[in-house]
Amino acid sequence: MSKHRGGPGPARFRPRRTAPAGTARPKRRGPLAYWRQYLAISPFYLIFAAFSFFPVFYSLYLAFQRWDGMGTMQFVGLQQFRFLWDDPVFWLSIRNTLVIWVLSTVPTLFGALTLATLLHSVRRFKGFYRIALYVPNVTSIVAVAIFFGAVFSNNFGLVNAILGVVGISPVPWLSNPWLIKVVISLLMTWQWTGYNMIIYLAGLQAIPTSIYEAAKMDGAGPIRTFFQITIPIMRPIILFTVIISTINGLQSFSEPQVLFASNAANANLGGPGQAGLTTLLYFYQSAFLNNDYGYGAAIVWAFFVLIIILVAVNWRLTTRGRKA
Amino acid sequence: MTAVDTARPATGGRRTRRPRGLTAHIILVVAVLVSVFPFAWTIVMATNTTQDIYKSPPKFTFGSHLLENIRHVLNTIDFFGSMLNTVIVATVTTALVLFIDSLAAFTFAKFDFPGRKILFGTLLLFMMLPLQLAILPQFILMSKIGWVGMLKALALPSLANAFGIFWLHQYIQNGVPDELLDAARIDGAGFFRQYWNIALPMIRPALSFLAIYAFVNCWNDYIWPLVVLTDPGHVTLQVELAQLNVGHTTDYSMVMAGVLMAALPLVIVFSIFARGFIAGATEGAVQGS
Repeated sequence: MSKHRGGPGPARFRPRRTAPAGTARPKRRGPLAYWRQYLAISPFYLIFAAFSFFPVFYSLYLAFQRWDGMGTMQFVGLQQFRFLWDDPVFWLSIRNTLVIWVLSTVPTLFGALTLATLLHSVRRFKGFYRIALYVPNVTSIVAVAIFFGAVFSNNFGLVNAILGVVGISPVPWLSNPWLIKVVISLLMTWQWTGYNMIIYLAGLQAIPTSIYEAAKMDGAGPIRTFFQITIPIMRPIILFTVIISTINGLQSFSEPQVLFASNAANANLGGPGQAGLTTLLYFYQSAFLNNDYGYGAAIVWAFFVLIIILVAVNWRLTTRGRKA
Repeated sequence: MTAVDTARPATGGRRTRRPRGLTAHIILVVAVLVSVFPFAWTIVMATNTTQDIYKSPPKFTFGSHLLENIRHVLNTIDFFGSMLNTVIVATVTTALVLFIDSLAAFTFAKFDFPGRKILFGTLLLFMMLPLQLAILPQFILMSKIGWVGMLKALALPSLANAFGIFWLHQYIQNGVPDELLDAARIDGAGFFRQYWNIALPMIRPALSFLAIYAFVNCWNDYIWPLVVLTDPGHVTLQVELAQLNVGHTTDYSMVMAGVLMAALPLVIVFSIFARGFIAGATEGAVQGS
């Protein structure tokens, strides 16, 4: 019963017949008989078609054009992608995105699993902990990014002030290429740990206590129980969070955009050395600041391929050994 | 739960359990402090002057400059104007998402019709796609119909909330018994009556979860308003907030007062509905009834 919402296609959708066996009114054939149903789903599908379905394919079409959004479109074939391949800034943005993703996802998921396990084991203040730990996820990225910018500010930030009191000289958090990524990752970790914790907690609560009692009877300690029972049962849920984190984590845009907003007008987007230039930020810059629509479309599509590859890799890693 | 409670004294596990529980509480409290700290520090900064905060060692207590900082924010950006824009868009979007999604979810969960599987499958597939793929064409579309810079351009794309349908679908399948719908059908209730009078009242908890989810998402959205609201006088709160941060000599106390003012409504709303929201999220994540 612990099937999860984002998991692989569940085989449990059993469509109910409109007419139950009791009411002997045979359904007419032909789609027209179902006009009410089609009418009911049509608002969604009309908007979906216009603003999601069509745009996704249109952006693929755009990726093969040269267009500034004003003049005439010019078909250039694979030229945009060839240019992308040789574009050092694009590869820099991919590297930045991957580093930020790893630096944020790993602590987020480990922290979330630890907190969820702890929270599951305690009996008092459960509701309070859940809410207090989830609150970061409800705040806006803009507010959080501004906050982190202030706290990690090179000259006067709180972190450096505290380091100063202890006698450590100021650390250039927002100008060192590595520390920039660390700050962005910390920000994302702070915001997403509570979210994943809630999901893990839901999974833990679905595990019947009798399994744990049986394990205890067999003399398994808490650590052993955790690795031999909790982790295997939670596997589908862990898979879900890994995939959601991959999709979310690779989409870091607002964090660096707001953090280095003072440079938004310059070519130096993404902070000093463009160390915070993520792929989406580069897409934003190309499409909306430089009005290079074709190139922007090529960037998002290349980025999409990257997401697919990473989701597939993660899928393999997380499900490995399952059928052994 | 009760099984554990009764089993514990019998096995004498209490002595070994107690310290572990204490450690758990200590770690959880530390985690809570970390997750709440930014809010507290934002308040400290917003109530002091920037000079006080930049001192070494910095001032750690609340100051008395909050009103002054707020006035400064109101003079720098159109705070209430952008907030009103955000409230309008978020409210309208949420209401429409609830209606559109619940109607579609009800249909998918309880009725069979030709093309049902394919349509639902498309929806699930698109749920996985990064929305950024669509941003550029969405913008082009909006400029073609002349909606760039308008609030309706902001709301429209988010009305097709695939996650909402999927989530409500799961809930309706388990939460609305077929027998009840059959009974209503025998009494002569048509399709839309079954939806409105039977399904909707039964899925109220799921709807309130989705309402908060959609509202918060809309309130906090950044990239799309940034792209589509080109007119500086007509932006949302988040875009306006980011404007505060621009410039090399940032008055952080003032900026933090703005951050605080922007976060406060949402944090209040969330605290009121938090219990139901988190219970709803938990329920949706794990199918068990």
